[in-house]
Amino acid sequence: MSEIIESVKNLSIGFNSQKGKQISILRNVSTNIKKGETVGIVGESGSGKSTLALAMMGYIKQGLFPLKGECLFKSEDLLKMSSRQLEKIRGRKIAMIPQNAGQALTPNLKIGYQIDEALKLHTDLNKRERDKKISELLNKVRLPSPETMAFRYPHELSGGQQQRVAVAMALAGKPDLLLLDEPTTGLDVTTQAHVLELLRFIAKDTGTSMIYVSHDLGAIAQVSDRIVVMYAGEIVLEGPARKILKEPIHPYTYGLLKSIPKLSLAGLPASMPGSQPQPGSINEGCSFYDRCNLATDNCKKNSPDLEHIKELDTNVRCFNYKELINQNNNLQTSITKKSNNSEANEVLKLKDVSISYAKQKFFDQLLNKISDQNPTVKDINIDIKKGETIALVGESGSGKSTILKSIAGLLKTKDGQIKFENDRILSSDLKMRNPNDLRAIQLIFQNPDESLNPNHTVEQILSQPLKLYFNLSGEELKKNIIDLLKKVRLGEFYMSRYPRQLSGGEKQRVAVARAFAAKPDIILCDEVTSALDVSVQAAVLNLLQQLKEDLGTTYVFVSHDLAVVRAISDRVAVLYQGRLCEIGPSQNVYKFPSHPYTEVLLGAVLEPDPDIKPKLVAEDIVEEKPPEKGCSFQGRCPRKIGDICNSKVPPWQIGENGNAIRCHINIEELASLQQ
Amino acid sequence: MESNLITEDKQKNKLEKVFEILKTMASRPSGLIGLSIVLFHIVLALISPYIAPYDYKAISPNTMLLAPSAEHWFGTDSLGRDVFTRTILGGRTALTVTFFGSLIALLWGGLLGIFCGLVGGKIDDVVMRVVDAFLSIPWILAMLLIVSLLGTSTEVLIPALGFFYGKGIVRVARAATHDVIAKDFIVSARARGHSNMSIIWNEIIPNVRDAILVEGAMRWSWMLLGFSSLSFLGFGVSPPTPDWGLMISNARGLMSFAYWSVIAPIVGLSSLIIGINLTADAFAKALGIDRSTKAPV
Repeated sequence: MSEIIESVKNLSIGFNSQKGKQISILRNVSTNIKKGETVGIVGESGSGKSTLALAMMGYIKQGLFPLKGECLFKSEDLLKMSSRQLEKIRGRKIAMIPQNAGQALTPNLKIGYQIDEALKLHTDLNKRERDKKISELLNKVRLPSPETMAFRYPHELSGGQQQRVAVAMALAGKPDLLLLDEPTTGLDVTTQAHVLELLRFIAKDTGTSMIYVSHDLGAIAQVSDRIVVMYAGEIVLEGPARKILKEPIHPYTYGLLKSIPKLSLAGLPASMPGSQPQPGSINEGCSFYDRCNLATDNCKKNSPDLEHIKELDTNVRCFNYKELINQNNNLQTSITKKSNNSEANEVLKLKDVSISYAKQKFFDQLLNKISDQNPTVKDINIDIKKGETIALVGESGSGKSTILKSIAGLLKTKDGQIKFENDRILSSDLKMRNPNDLRAIQLIFQNPDESLNPNHTVEQILSQPLKLYFNLSGEELKKNIIDLLKKVRLGEFYMSRYPRQLSGGEKQRVAVARAFAAKPDIILCDEVTSALDVSVQAAVLNLLQQLKEDLGTTYVFVSHDLAVVRAISDRVAVLYQGRLCEIGPSQNVYKFPSHPYTEVLLGAVLEPDPDIKPKLVAEDIVEEKPPEKGCSFQGRCPRKIGDICNSKVPPWQIGENGNAIRCHINIEELASLQQ
Repeated sequence: MESNLITEDKQKNKLEKVFEILKTMASRPSGLIGLSIVLFHIVLALISPYIAPYDYKAISPNTMLLAPSAEHWFGTDSLGRDVFTRTILGGRTALTVTFFGSLIALLWGGLLGIFCGLVGGKIDDVVMRVVDAFLSIPWILAMLLIVSLLGTSTEVLIPALGFFYGKGIVRVARAATHDVIAKDFIVSARARGHSNMSIIWNEIIPNVRDAILVEGAMRWSWMLLGFSSLSFLGFGVSPPTPDWGLMISNARGLMSFAYWSVIAPIVGLSSLIIGINLTADAFAKALGIDRSTKAPV
């Protein structure tokens, strides 16, 4: 039994509402962090996980205050310390790594200087020793060429490198406890996998304890020894990582794991009904009662205590957990979706589309020369069939959203044509398109907070397209709005609400309803689920699938999340640097042989399973611009064969199962390499 | 029938909203004081013709420069006119001219600013440079020019003041529009194919309205000061119209022995300006716009 370095005892944190009522955000939380242990705190937004983590370093957000309980760090209560005392502990004993390192680093100071500041504050080393230490630290976090790296500014680094610098700064004071608040959330899949790998290495190498806060069970699964699951400000399940992920015995965790789309499963994940209760609205009884399918009358009246189960080494807050033991084979199931009719006609064709963000220079305009020989998006050929869901996948900067915008007419194409229905060419200028074409193509955005006008009621939001396209008014308009709300499973009473009165999932449903109000043929979905919590994401995916089956709509679905794409799409197009790498039916793209980039992407996906480790086959370098010649993936390809990759654009090869790959390596050879 | 119910419901909501904002404003002492002062002035302006004890233009050599007394509460001026009567009627002119002036400033400044913010590009560049050029002209000189060319009637003063005080609003409205223009709900409206007018009306105005209204309220108090300065210089309303600026100007030379004829209009003017300023600040806070964090343009 190793030493406990921090322990939280019966901690409650809350705030006073405007009506003077005391509302708690954390309720009676107790947990221990042992030396050298990595604890993952997981929960959906609003579950209190960040509040708990920050309280563990003695920090309470403005407006909040501790109601009762204590946070003991080496038997001293952090919550009772003066700010002077806390200064001595923060950075030196407990260090924090923020979510967005790009914002946490001072933009006008060099990396080396910023690490030096941390060293000056927390160690007694002299100048020369510190300089040595800086390159040591940069080496430790595996940044390339540490000597020159120290003289760079934060903006010269990629997101992953910035995060590494933040890790180096946190390690400068040799802390006993590292606090990580969603450290990989804003990063690309491959970068995320690399940073997690680094964190795991550091935990083992230095013996530092870590608290890893995340909403992402996939990331938590990779680093944690022990997992704490939070729901509505309470710990509902706590135990060894493997036990929690493989045999969850709390219905919330069970449902959460089921609602995560998995690479190995083709169908849609099951969704959980309802949403997390708001702080203050929690009545007596179990806080998960409304969403639980094991709930009994007892759960409504009495709230369960956190119970220790010796044989599983787990704490659980549920009366009926026994029903879940040995039921876990069900975790690997999904809802099968209807496959579409592959004989259908093509509804949208992209032919040799390229898009450039570069502005024509003045002299080029005079000489009438097109300067941009290397546009952001180039040579996109995709034929989209009626009623199918095609997904565009890639990391940030792959041009997937750019393509979507130009289909919607929001961005002009440089070359190529977009053909709609019977080979009619759509103008690349929105103003030149006829109203019926505008109606036929609708967009759903990533973040419903931004895509819904905050000063409109749901009724006003939904009436916009109905008035514009169908000239509805009065009684008929109202009837249509109610119908739309019904379609997205929202009641009539939502009409008079403002977006701020809705939860994230409800907002996205309204956005979906607005898109369907136009009775569109094609809906362009731009990362529609990435701003949502997992359980809500599953519900929105199921809704989209249901609507498609009912109405025969075609989706163009853009996402960075390969598992989500696997769940919803019929066909997948993989993009790198604005060039197509691979396209084919989704069940084949997710199988080998595939393009080396697809292989890298699939390898980096984090699954909520401690046994499936990501395979890191390529460096997580970030390329600013697509290469001028040759294969777009030449800079990072783990299977690069030589000069031909740099000089010649690879040909399309069609595999026997229907997926097309753009690579110089022969497709059979790729298959044998990837076995 | 049912749709009627809905619209009624909505209107009620809007009234309730206004009421709620007023309540929030009054919940701070400074807001309550500001609101009371402004309300007091407005009520006074409305009822002053009916309660004024004397005729504002009745000149009498017998009552020249009388000190305050039971008959003449604030005394009389050098022409024997009752200062109390002239002070309460003076607020009427000032409030009317500047209220309609601010309204004009809000309308043209706000709409032009929103339009420029939305269309951007070359039109925006040209319009904004013209506005900048106008901003560099000292307003008082330009006003003097206009007034000496077109006369000093309120029909000239209101639009002229409205024009000069609207320039600043253009920039505020444009900046507020830029804040919302990149949001997805505008992109979404564009992708649906709404016209620019429809986007301005439905999507932008509800989101920039608050910022522009607050700016307009601030401009109102500045305009009041500007209008009184014009009258003081003799380029505002013409005598014998009762006006604070004019009264201060006339009584200025007699200040050493007949201070009463200058104090009343000064108190009237400054209290109204302070009242409007306090109200505008409370209004901004009630709407959640913190003026202290945004640089005035």
